[in-house]
Amino acid sequence: MKNTERIIGAEAVVRCLIAEGVDVAYGYPGGAIMPIYDELYKYQDQLHHVLTRHEQGAAHAAQGYARTSGRVGVALATSGPGATNLITGIADAQIDSTPVVCITGQVASHLLGTDAFQETDVISISSPITKWNCQVTKAEDIPAAIAKAFYIAKSGRPGPVLIDITKDAQQGELDYNSYEKCSQVRSYKPIPETDIEKVKQAAEIINGAKKPMIIFGQGVILGSAEAELKAFIEKSGIPSAWTVLGLSALATNHPLNVGMVGMHGNYGPNKLTNECDVLIAIGMRFDDRVTGKLDVYAKQAKVIHFDIDPAEIDKNVKSDVAVLGDAKDTLGKILEYVDQKEYTSWLNEFRAFDQIEFEKVIDGQLNPTKEGLTMGEVLQGINKATKDNAVIVSDVGQHQMMAVRYANFTNTRSNVTSGGLGTMGFALPAAIGAKMGAPSRDVVAIIGDGGFQMTCQELGTILQTGTAVKIVVLNNEFLGMVRQWQQLFFDRRYASTEMINPDFIKLAEAYSIPAKKVTQRENLQAAIDEMIASESSYFLEVMVEKEDNVFPMVPTGASVSDVRLS
Amino acid sequence: MEKKSYTISVYSENNLGLLNRISTIFVKRHINIESLTVSHSEIENVSRFILVVNMTEDAVKKIIGQLEKQVEVIQAYYHTEDEIIFTETAMFKFKSDLLFENPQIQNIIKEHSMNIVTVNRTFFVVEKAGRRHEIDAIYESFKPFGIAQFVRSGRVAISKEAMNIRKILGEIVQ
Repeated sequence: MKNTERIIGAEAVVRCLIAEGVDVAYGYPGGAIMPIYDELYKYQDQLHHVLTRHEQGAAHAAQGYARTSGRVGVALATSGPGATNLITGIADAQIDSTPVVCITGQVASHLLGTDAFQETDVISISSPITKWNCQVTKAEDIPAAIAKAFYIAKSGRPGPVLIDITKDAQQGELDYNSYEKCSQVRSYKPIPETDIEKVKQAAEIINGAKKPMIIFGQGVILGSAEAELKAFIEKSGIPSAWTVLGLSALATNHPLNVGMVGMHGNYGPNKLTNECDVLIAIGMRFDDRVTGKLDVYAKQAKVIHFDIDPAEIDKNVKSDVAVLGDAKDTLGKILEYVDQKEYTSWLNEFRAFDQIEFEKVIDGQLNPTKEGLTMGEVLQGINKATKDNAVIVSDVGQHQMMAVRYANFTNTRSNVTSGGLGTMGFALPAAIGAKMGAPSRDVVAIIGDGGFQMTCQELGTILQTGTAVKIVVLNNEFLGMVRQWQQLFFDRRYASTEMINPDFIKLAEAYSIPAKKVTQRENLQAAIDEMIASESSYFLEVMVEKEDNVFPMVPTGASVSDVRLS
Repeated sequence: MEKKSYTISVYSENNLGLLNRISTIFVKRHINIESLTVSHSEIENVSRFILVVNMTEDAVKKIIGQLEKQVEVIQAYYHTEDEIIFTETAMFKFKSDLLFENPQIQNIIKEHSMNIVTVNRTFFVVEKAGRRHEIDAIYESFKPFGIAQFVRSGRVAISKEAMNIRKILGEIVQ
């Protein structure tokens, strides 16, 4: 006999979340979601709700949580402005394939379409930026909608899902049985079938290659295929580069890791993309920031593309062989067919470019002789203090590119950044979620002075929750990346990029967060060490060189092989 | 690559909001949907969208990928005009006086085997199912007499080849 209870929709929401294993949700209450908050109050011992200071913060925190934990992040908001404030985070999660379930309150169903107070058509607004969304207007439809939401968010290529629940559906009653998870949707095939013939064809091309190169992306992490990737790389002996979101899927110091591709990637992998004879793309989507000018991208190479999403195949770069499927499975399968090989002289070509990049760019960042502090040396200090074990959460701009270039990684799921959308303001709230998703790890947020001020109200969330996030603001008193472009492409016309900033230390202290400002090189490492050693959250402001630039750089519209070092 | 007219068929769940999702896929890429028809399909609770677009085959393949990526889309196909049987319906409304003042109107109606939908003292309505160029030709013939109202439906199309939706649904459900 089934144990049926008569409960209201709002209680069903909370019980479904708990049944899905959700232990923390981020959000902000308001009129149309109050019944759900009332139930959260009742169930607070089972589901921890984190009150962010803005709904955008809730969405980014849910993303950060999902990125470090590998689980689905949950964000809650009320109707109208609450829902629209989630939108940036949802768009970010969509383009970076982050599993997030957003639940929004909505005006009562009889008011839909009447321009009621705080009514917004969030279903239409969020359609292009969600993997799936739906509006629930009846209490009895809530459990199935939530089950479907979690299944869709995390299966296949993950992504954000939004469930909009009218207030009357939250208040109405339903017969609640034990929660049933969703395991299939008839119109939806999360993982395409792998054609073993394609795997064999790919292996044959790889085995015949003279100068093969791998580029791997976040698909490896999302598919938990790190071990399979490593085994494949080591057996095939192929030099391997990562995309920004592929960072940390392999150790930085792995002998076959040749660094990062893309606009501010490393010199070698960018240059040699246009010289390899076989390009093996794994769980990456040939974003324009990776490829530069497409008509001159890897034209000499045979392209093998491993992906879970059939829509990515031939979207930007035509592949000669496409291996569809889950990376864990497909990389596991190809291992059997690839020959054990080494490409010593080809790998040395990468290392020769590394040497040039070191001399022209890296040395100046890590061992600066000029007075001003560089962003690179801050990252190096963090590597040292955390023994390459930190989770690095970066915002968007120059500091982000410096973080992804100079942070070292030993463990997977250690790089949390807004890659596809490039959302300034992402890092502070994402770091809160990242720390909650990986509480035993050091979580360091690297943020610019511009991006920090977009979501700095989330210091209040840190104050209230006591989350031990380490915040590093690299302050150059500029919107640095835009300024760099103005310098290079707009004849130094610094339109609206100079920042007159508040006293960040006072701001952090106002939120009871221990804070320190570093202006001199000799104080840097000690301050970083103190920050990392701190049991609580910590705020470190580092005044860096005002007009430093990020190099190498592939200018927009240029070929990857035209990557500039200065 | 040369742009051509493609007829896209999308089989989907019959869900609120899917039309919006489908249309944004085209809008996002700045592609004009020249015709759109949504109806039930041969399978219960499965809808069928027929869209007509003018684009390159390369681009239409990518659009199919994006359409199939939608959770509620079961399958999407694209066809050239020689791969489908298709038609559109048009209706024309005229003032009834015209029928007596201009006997050519009657000739046009006869010539194109048009159906008379309704006739009364003030107006009459004729309809025609056919290809776009036939309807365009009729429109041009009627135009000098003053058309009170004109409307044309979106294209409906049936593929010559089987689309195997039942089989696909069966495979997913297994």
